[in-house]
Amino acid sequence: MTMYTMRFFNTLGSYILLLGKVFARPEKKKIYYKQVVKEIENLGLNSIGIVAIISFFMGAVITIQTAYNTENPLLPSYLIGLAARDSILLEFSSTIVALILAGKVGSQIASELGTMRVTEQIDALEIMGVNSASYLILPKIVAALLFNPFLCMLSMIVGVLGGWIAGVAAGVVSSQEYINGIQYAFIPYYILYAIIKTEVFAFIITSVSSYYGYSVTGGSLEVGKFSTKAVVSSSVVILLFNLILTQMLLS
Amino acid sequence: MIRVDHILKSFDGRVVLDDISAVFEPGKTNLIIGQSGSGKTVLLKSIVGLHAVDEGLIYYDDILFNKLDFREKKALRKQVGMLFQGGALFDSATVEENVMYPLEMFTDMSEDEMRERANICLKRVNIVNANNLYPSEISGGMQKRVAIARAIALNPKYLFCDEPNSGLDPRTSIVIDNLIKEITEEYCMTTIVNTHDMNSVMGIGDKIIYIYQGKKWWEGTKEEILQSDNVELNDFVFASKLAKRLRYGD
Ligand SMILES: Nc1ncnc2c1ncn2[C@@H]1O[C@H](COP(=O)(O)OP(=O)(O)OP(=O)(O)O)[C@@H](O)[C@H]1O
Ligand SMILES: [Mg+2]
Repeated sequence: MTMYTMRFFNTLGSYILLLGKVFARPEKKKIYYKQVVKEIENLGLNSIGIVAIISFFMGAVITIQTAYNTENPLLPSYLIGLAARDSILLEFSSTIVALILAGKVGSQIASELGTMRVTEQIDALEIMGVNSASYLILPKIVAALLFNPFLCMLSMIVGVLGGWIAGVAAGVVSSQEYINGIQYAFIPYYILYAIIKTEVFAFIITSVSSYYGYSVTGGSLEVGKFSTKAVVSSSVVILLFNLILTQMLLS
Repeated sequence: MIRVDHILKSFDGRVVLDDISAVFEPGKTNLIIGQSGSGKTVLLKSIVGLHAVDEGLIYYDDILFNKLDFREKKALRKQVGMLFQGGALFDSATVEENVMYPLEMFTDMSEDEMRERANICLKRVNIVNANNLYPSEISGGMQKRVAIARAIALNPKYLFCDEPNSGLDPRTSIVIDNLIKEITEEYCMTTIVNTHDMNSVMGIGDKIIYIYQGKKWWEGTKEEILQSDNVELNDFVFASKLAKRLRYGD
């Protein structure tokens, strides 16, 4: 047990040290700007497809399941749309999407940085006097912080849309009932809540997987191992912070 | 001039560099030779600060490298060019961008000036018509040569090459060796080259240091190396049958 605790604090310590290096003052701002644009394309735009597809189908499933579970005639008909909306807004578009991105973006970041480490590209940057941690990691964090809120909102819209189409197509809810449900007792704060969570998760995904990628030692075998570690750790940290944030923001 | 003084480096208690002292003079090609695993790469990386040494001092001319803080090291590194054993080109950048990279980081050159300088360097290593290819699209030997072009882009005062001609054919090897010797003399650089290629040793070795199991075992010139009675050195130098026959006859 103590060994695990030690290892945990060791990892946490080096993670924080690395972040210190990442947030050192950037030297040539123009180059950083270029990198951010590249990373938005790399990490953000390339994730639109998967987020949209998953959101559509999850919205559909949530709606149909809610419909079958609330077949009691005493329950009001707007309930289906309302329940679908709240599940999508509160949990799906932030937490579940973050977990999916931890898998996609996290492994991508970790293997990219890990490969750069084992092929001495990071050494080559250092030898040129470049703060490699900041140069490689900061643009990824900034890009995710800028872009992930859009992914979150995209997920909300597509999810609700998916529920609507599937619910009507399956004949479990009428179009009017669903739309009424979506509009009923709508709390705009839920959107802000999802965005705040998304920002925190974006930071976790990019920084944790960068940490693992950057710390690879050895060869290509380790790159694979570390990118698995990156995905597992960022997912666990996301779930932990989801709990903390939910308690903080909704109580 | 670069001077290392009683350098000691170990990994997890395993000593890799054992009390190495040496002087590397400017305008000469200094070679570090030794078998695979003898510690050449670790020595080179310790000199440039990619590995922190456990003990010992490293001087760049009059500057004590160990004592520099992050910013001072950075300033010094503008004068350092390094070729890594595997090339270490940036995967996500084209050949031309790779060579332009140090210029972009360290100079205020315009885009055109950088491109021009990059092309001069690429021409020196015989790379033409490959500017817009990515490292994965060119051969291993070409990658090596592009990496050399990148290392010399800033006209460094100190040049480090880790096995510049491993993976190259004999003719290209000679071209690269001669290039290194030429620019070293032309700009009076302090150049350190790791190699286990005897052709390079005999071709460009102004000063040679032989590393054996992490220790400096022998040092001298290419003229002296063939006459030495050092058993381990001779094992290395005359490892091939051909070389043995030349020295000892049949
Ligand atoms: N980062 C490291 N961690 C632990 N051990 C290392 C590390 N780097 C090198 N070593 C060890 O140091 C020793 C010397 O390695 P080095 O890479 O310097 O050899 P070399 O002389 O360059 O060999 P080659 O000609 O094959 O490149 C080896 O035994 C190697 O296992
Ligand atoms: Mg080596």
